[in-house]
Amino acid sequence: MIDPFAVKDCALIAIATGERAHNLRELRDRLETTHPGCIYYHFWGGLLRPGFDDPEYQNDFAVWAYHGLHDRFLAERLSLIDPTEFADMEELRRELIEIIEERLDENELVPWASAHQLFHFIRSQIVVFDTGNRISEPEELKGQIPQIGVGSIFYHFVDARRRTANRSDDFSEWLKGFGNSYNRLLEQIAALDPYFKSLTELRSQLGQILEEYTSR
Amino acid sequence: MTDLLLDQYQEIVGEDVISSLRQLAETLRGARVVHVNSTKEGGGVAEILHRMIPLKKELGLEPSWEVVVGEGEFYQCTKYMHNTLQGNRFEIPQPLLKRYEETNEENAERLRGQLEEADFVIIHDPQPAPLLNSCPGRRGKWIWRCHIDVSRPYRPVWKYLRNFVEPYDASIWSLAEFAQPLQHPLYLIRPSIDPLSDKNKELSKKELREVSKRFNLDPDRPVVAQISRFDRFKDPVGVIQAFRLAKNFVPLQLVLAGGGATDDPEGEEVLSEVRAAAMDEPDIHILLLPSDAHRTINGLQRISDIVLQKSTKEGFGLTVTEAMWKGKPVIGGEVGGIKLQVHNHHTGFLVNTPEGAALRIRYLLTHRDKLEEMGRKAQQFVLENFLITRHVREYLTLMLAILRGTEERIELV
Repeated sequence: MIDPFAVKDCALIAIATGERAHNLRELRDRLETTHPGCIYYHFWGGLLRPGFDDPEYQNDFAVWAYHGLHDRFLAERLSLIDPTEFADMEELRRELIEIIEERLDENELVPWASAHQLFHFIRSQIVVFDTGNRISEPEELKGQIPQIGVGSIFYHFVDARRRTANRSDDFSEWLKGFGNSYNRLLEQIAALDPYFKSLTELRSQLGQILEEYTSR
Repeated sequence: MTDLLLDQYQEIVGEDVISSLRQLAETLRGARVVHVNSTKEGGGVAEILHRMIPLKKELGLEPSWEVVVGEGEFYQCTKYMHNTLQGNRFEIPQPLLKRYEETNEENAERLRGQLEEADFVIIHDPQPAPLLNSCPGRRGKWIWRCHIDVSRPYRPVWKYLRNFVEPYDASIWSLAEFAQPLQHPLYLIRPSIDPLSDKNKELSKKELREVSKRFNLDPDRPVVAQISRFDRFKDPVGVIQAFRLAKNFVPLQLVLAGGGATDDPEGEEVLSEVRAAAMDEPDIHILLLPSDAHRTINGLQRISDIVLQKSTKEGFGLTVTEAMWKGKPVIGGEVGGIKLQVHNHHTGFLVNTPEGAALRIRYLLTHRDKLEEMGRKAQQFVLENFLITRHVREYLTLMLAILRGTEERIELV
């Protein structure tokens, strides 16, 4: 017997670390030592804070390279980093530093940002709570997903990648408990890329996948 | 219509938002939370607290709101403090600083029992900051909430104030760039507006026509408005310059409306400067409104085609949020929290000069389709990000987080 899926919700609160970077070398130096939570926040925090999509640049480092340093080369390279491909924040940190060092080697001058466009390192605390909502059967997911909040989508679809052994989402982990019955559905969910979508888009696409799957 | 505030908010923000608020609040049921600021009327802080207190109460907490009171010298000192923390270079005379500290000690005499017993004390802005020192028996968590832009303060004044705020358990800032390094966690929370308040709720067409008539506005010509305190950092004179530049190309009326706050002694002086700059031009309507003229302000924002907030310094700019909520594109100074709300070509335009503001006024009034599209986007943006329900959620999260120290992950289950 598989346990029902416990729908949880989360609230993220941002904390300024007080660390700032005025130029690319300082960014590299701060990245060496900053709290791993900062790396996480600057890759994923954008999903839970106000802003219009910046489709070319998905993480805060790339956005700053473009808007703060006016370095399009670096912005493009940084934006290509997909955090889901790295085992943990330390690996992701190494990759970031590699790319920045490569760019520092290419340039004779260190690019600077204006005083109004410093990079501010931010980390977050996440508070997770149980909504009390339980899903007993996979077939119920279709009706439930459109009803759950974006905080729940963040927790089960994005945050889960830090918690689960397979760096997967909680819905997939739960479905795997039912043996091979839902393999096709699992493949479709796995193809959803959380890094290039807003949480409401993720929720609606997940709902669509479940809708199509159950109507077949 | 239900009497419960939460039910009314649910109709606007949706069931999932309210349900998660209730769940978060459950863990804090019965917590005594005292907010302290320096005025009950006028200014964004008072407006937020007017609604946040009943909302927290409905969620099961025990909130209260206290105000520090003082004489003229106290307000003069805190106004200087406000201006210098926002970058003006000025030495605050020692006697005024002494009065500031004495006033806080006097207020502490009255409030000590309540503050020392509270589970959370949230002190807003510099005015009541020294209260903590006068409450040695405090048992709860003390949080200093800074609503102003302290990104480039006049250092001697910040150094003075830092002595009072350093011992707090945490502080809250509107933007990371405002946050000054302190030996406690620096939380980032943006303020909000209340969609159910008189200032923001829907008004009938009849009421809007009456507002227009009351202030002699011509309904056939576009209106641009800046509705904000008469404060030099809001650059009302720059708005008049922008209006004059734009008026050469498009028919236009300007409304400059502001209320006074009881803790702002400079308002009268700035108002005189604005009147002098307007030179009795009939299309410039300068309105000094009482601090409770919320429906009038609501009406003026709604009858405007474009709302300006041409500040040169701004904490967050709730007047921007209010205008956006009413579906108006905003032309705002490229400073502080305005940058978080106004996104070029999406919700309005960021400008740095009267010329820039004039250019964008002309653009929007000659591209009505863009003006309307940006207005729609602006309203949606506020719905998703800047309503009081999100604000309360972040306060609750912070209170829960602060009880657990600096743990990155807090599981309430």
